[in-house]
Amino acid sequence: MQWEVVIGLETHAQLQTQSKIFSGASTRFGAEPNTQACPVDLALPGVLPVLNRKAVEHAICFGLAVDAKITPVSIFARKNYFYPDLPKGYQISQFEIPVVLGGHLEILVGDEVRVIELTRAHLEEDAGKSVHEEGFIGPHGEASSGIDLNRAGTPLLEIVTEPVMRSAAEAVAYAKALHTLVVWLGVCDGNMQEGSFRCDANVSVRPRGQVEFGTRCEIKNLNSFRFLEEAIQYEIRRQIELIEDGGTVVQETRLYDPDRQETRSMRSKEDANDYRYFPDPDLLPVVIDDAWIDAVRSTMPMLPAQLREQWQVEFGLSAYDALLLTQDRDTAKLFEELLALVDKPLVKAAANLLTGEFASALNRAGIATASAPLKAEHLAPLLNRIADGTISNKIAKDIFAILWEDALAGKVLTSVDQIIDAKGLRQISDSGELEVMIDKVLAANEKSVEEFRSGKEKAFNALVGQIMKASQGKANPGQVNELLRKKLG
Amino acid sequence: MSWHNTPIALMAKALAAKEVSSTELTGYFLDRIEAGKRWNAYLDVNAHLSLEQAKAADALIASGKGGKLTGIPVAHKDVFVTRGWKSTAASKMLDGYLSPFDATVVTNLGIPSETNPSGAGMVCLGKTNMDEFAMGSSNENSAYGPVLNPWNAQYVSGGSSGGSAAAVAAGLAPIATGTDTGGSIRQPAAFCSLTGIKPTYGRVSRYGMIAYASSLDQAGPMGKTAEDCAMLLSAMSSHDPRDSTSLADSGEDYGRYLNQPWKEGNTNPGKPLEGLRIGLPKEFFADGLAQDVANSVNAAAKALQDLGATLIEVSLPKTKLSIPVYYVLAPAEASSNLSRFDGVRYGHRANEYRDLGDMYQKSRTEGFGAEVRRRILIGAYVLSHGYYDAYYLQAQKIRRIIAADFQAAFNQCDVILGPVAPDVAWRLGEKSKDPVQMYLEDIYTLSTNLAGLPAMSVPCGFSPNNLPIGLQLIGNYFSEARLLQVAHQYQQASDWHLRQASEVA
Repeated sequence: MQWEVVIGLETHAQLQTQSKIFSGASTRFGAEPNTQACPVDLALPGVLPVLNRKAVEHAICFGLAVDAKITPVSIFARKNYFYPDLPKGYQISQFEIPVVLGGHLEILVGDEVRVIELTRAHLEEDAGKSVHEEGFIGPHGEASSGIDLNRAGTPLLEIVTEPVMRSAAEAVAYAKALHTLVVWLGVCDGNMQEGSFRCDANVSVRPRGQVEFGTRCEIKNLNSFRFLEEAIQYEIRRQIELIEDGGTVVQETRLYDPDRQETRSMRSKEDANDYRYFPDPDLLPVVIDDAWIDAVRSTMPMLPAQLREQWQVEFGLSAYDALLLTQDRDTAKLFEELLALVDKPLVKAAANLLTGEFASALNRAGIATASAPLKAEHLAPLLNRIADGTISNKIAKDIFAILWEDALAGKVLTSVDQIIDAKGLRQISDSGELEVMIDKVLAANEKSVEEFRSGKEKAFNALVGQIMKASQGKANPGQVNELLRKKLG
Repeated sequence: MSWHNTPIALMAKALAAKEVSSTELTGYFLDRIEAGKRWNAYLDVNAHLSLEQAKAADALIASGKGGKLTGIPVAHKDVFVTRGWKSTAASKMLDGYLSPFDATVVTNLGIPSETNPSGAGMVCLGKTNMDEFAMGSSNENSAYGPVLNPWNAQYVSGGSSGGSAAAVAAGLAPIATGTDTGGSIRQPAAFCSLTGIKPTYGRVSRYGMIAYASSLDQAGPMGKTAEDCAMLLSAMSSHDPRDSTSLADSGEDYGRYLNQPWKEGNTNPGKPLEGLRIGLPKEFFADGLAQDVANSVNAAAKALQDLGATLIEVSLPKTKLSIPVYYVLAPAEASSNLSRFDGVRYGHRANEYRDLGDMYQKSRTEGFGAEVRRRILIGAYVLSHGYYDAYYLQAQKIRRIIAADFQAAFNQCDVILGPVAPDVAWRLGEKSKDPVQMYLEDIYTLSTNLAGLPAMSVPCGFSPNNLPIGLQLIGNYFSEARLLQVAHQYQQASDWHLRQASEVA
């Protein structure tokens, strides 16, 4: 049987705010346990929540970026359940009326553009953390677990998609695009190791052509793109095998174990809590008027999708390059700075440089674009020397490597022109000089010449390669091509 | 000087004239508290701390920096958290609990400091007994024993602010704070012959008030006179950025109309209330109201008429429904508010338990009293899947209708008048076995909490067996100053509020 996979994602993006969503305590990560938990976070008797407006602004910002409806009046509700890391015995979240409704995100899956419909995005507070280690003693001397409430009350935006994704790859592409967007907008730091961005995946399968959805399982707390992909793939296989063996999928919550690469049942639907949601009487409805929305809009950066479209239309940049260059705001900014310093025909070369040599150098050094030692003003002369024919692309790569190493080592940078002159890297475009070189190579490679004449086009490329090698990469490849064709003519 | 018979308005004058010091007054009341333990009005007293505050108050007065209330002692209901005094809400769950911060009400009334420059400078005498987590109408639900009624020790003090009521009635405090979720200021005030006011929801900050039902809880003063209540309320209320439901505009002088005629420009001294339209809801005088109470309330209405007011009949048709609506909504919120008492971070934890679930169950079963457990169960039930629409949502709808009924009535009148409770205080233990019977006692007070309206209790007579009767005045939103004006005018023409409890030395 042909199976169709149905996936919906719920993503918790931790919002970048100085203080927590309902208290004044700091949200900084990594502090000593319970040093960033004030009476409100500890749920001491008598405390009350006060909404952090910055968290709402981040939600508005996200809603605008995905073209969603910003709800004029949204409500905070209490989700009641007992757990030691949930100090109040309820989580303040939005239930019936979330702050962001609908919206969509365009993503690339391979070469195909897909539109992922969003259901909603709502604000809520994070819980604390249980620490299951030896050495914690309870009030009656009993062995206990530790609770760290530093994270309790950290603002989260839970972003929910419709069940529209059809493969693990598509789910990962969406998660990456969403990650890029929230980091781009500055609403989330995107740090997945610290749990700032984590996904729950709802997965079901159904026979191809069937309209009704199959029974779904929810895989909780996937905090890397790799785990997300592996967990979904495992879960798809598990469900299909289960059904094909005559079993039925039971609706349940599952956890992914990355060591064993499998999902395991956490709790079934029957065991699920009745959360007894009701509007939180301690908080007023969140009223968002047009003035507030406009104020947030005026501070928003241009969106990656807008930039991509602009670059594609204006410069003829490929969709693929545009996507690579809008993975984060600093790279996009560097690209724009570079464009301002070079001639328009160099757009493609600039894109190649950033997505190629520059990106791999960053990768090797393990640093982000923002902290790269080379800036636009260092890279622009390199591109200009390619454009005016002084150096070839190949030589440009060598010069880039020299610049990069020097910059990384903190040396005073030699100008591109000085490097070219000092190392004699200037491209050979003198036809006389080139012809002498070509003749020598032809004389030494008679076999290839014969092969070419008998119709083997490959042999031509081999000859070009030999000529370039003979010139130590300095020969102008265009001219070499032209002259060689003439000679072999 | 018998300071325990003295309204704080006069006490303030004596302090300002240096006829008495705060230290003397505080010592006087601490002695009386010590001698009056039989009423079980206080849960925690700390003489050293109180006297220290009195000393600070005296220094303020001496340097001319004292305000109207500086140096006057006050007792706080144990529902307000305090540094220095234990804060238990009369529950075993919070036995011995010390808060690291003061409730906003406590701060507002307390000794000024660098962090609290606008503190009124009052001296805290200690924490008063109450029904556990403010759930109850008789103060018999306290984990630390019932409060006795100073008018007759065989009778209940009323609740849930019974400790505050008894403390003032027995002369163990000149004035006290209380909270009112369904009548918890007004009913004990009526049972103990005090004046008390529950202001408009949002006037007084709920920060540091241990929550029972958040959308209904509201704090207010309980004292000897309307004037005293106006003074305390003016200092208690404030806009508090730590309470999202706190009203933006709450700082006002609630005593500004006390000695004014109702209508500006009225110069007839015998008829100060001319122009005031008083509505008597027929549902408040129907079956179930004790004849003694009806007589006294009607006599009070007549007295107000004599002062120039016009009496008219109005209708609050959903009055009876306020009981089921309240006993759905308040437990619903309570079930959630009390979830934090789980034995994990503070409060009672069972000695032995098998696992986490067992720890929750045992700690909460042991820590909470029967009435609290009952309301948590009711609340969890009405919020649960499949029942939410039928109970919680339905109750919210009727709540809005009840509020609308009041607005319709206020189209015809300025103030609504009726009894506080269907009867006077009952004997200790008399209604303990039947919670529903006790719930019915709240019939005249619940609807104002559901609507968020201000309402007060004013002494208006006694039953043949000498138990106090309270008159209830209900005003429209933000009309506290007007309610206090009517009460004050009534108290100028009556002396019920001046009578002393016979059992009090």
